[in-house]
Amino acid sequence: MPMDWIYGLVGGVLIGCAGAVLLLGNGRVMGASGLIFGMFKTTDRRIWAENLAFVSALFVVPMLFVRPLNIAPTHSSENVIVLVIAGLAVGFGTRLANGCTSGHGVCGISRFSLRGIAATMVYILAGAISVVLFKHFLGLI
Amino acid sequence: MRIVISLVAGALFGLGLIISGMTNTKKVQGWLDIFGEWDPTLAFVMGGAILPMAIAWKATRARTPLRADKFPPVNTAGIDRDLIIGSVFFGVGWGLAGLCPGPAIASLSFGGSSGVVFASAMIIGMLSTRRLQAFFRKAEKTSKTIT
Repeated sequence: MPMDWIYGLVGGVLIGCAGAVLLLGNGRVMGASGLIFGMFKTTDRRIWAENLAFVSALFVVPMLFVRPLNIAPTHSSENVIVLVIAGLAVGFGTRLANGCTSGHGVCGISRFSLRGIAATMVYILAGAISVVLFKHFLGLI
Repeated sequence: MRIVISLVAGALFGLGLIISGMTNTKKVQGWLDIFGEWDPTLAFVMGGAILPMAIAWKATRARTPLRADKFPPVNTAGIDRDLIIGSVFFGVGWGLAGLCPGPAIASLSFGGSSGVVFASAMIIGMLSTRRLQAFFRKAEKTSKTIT
């Protein structure tokens, strides 16, 4: 287990460095949900191309490194209904709240943003209740 | 140049997500599972990520971005209803599947059909947010007029 924590810390620092590069380079906040959604907004071609570049790298680099680094599988649920409901909730929720774990969590908290801190507390609490409910009471996950 | 910066950031983000174990849904759900076998890894990931990010925010005070005119302003909307309701929806989905938007894309190449189904539903959810919002507002209005 402690080995997992070290990997978590190392990976976390890389995630933070990614956010730092995007902020200090392009002056943009690294929020995954916003960048993914931005691939479907074509009003500003330049920003659209940047979003596409970011998401493409986010997709391709793990594909190349998952085997050499011996990364664990996702262990995702195989229940299609669970996946669809969860996916819709994550997509809708992150757009409504204008951010997810990276935008509100990593970039917001590090900026001492009250919105980021509030959002993070709410989604962690909701996530914990969700796991308790769906795992321990309903046995769905 | 801005495209190259975006590519580098996306690559680092993807690498960080797989190394930290955040593409493993069992680790994420394990962290949220306060009544089960609690897994603290996610706290290390968050802490590790906030550290360089806090330094970066500090560095924004004395300069401008390398390839932009200014840094993003603070969102002055305050803690409003959309932020809270949206975060509740997000949290419920996050707990249910163990995936948030970043890891959903990072694990798309090795997550099998489950990953594709989740990511597709997530994008449909994102694209229908405006319509759903309008629907909820309308439902709220009608329920108010009935009661």
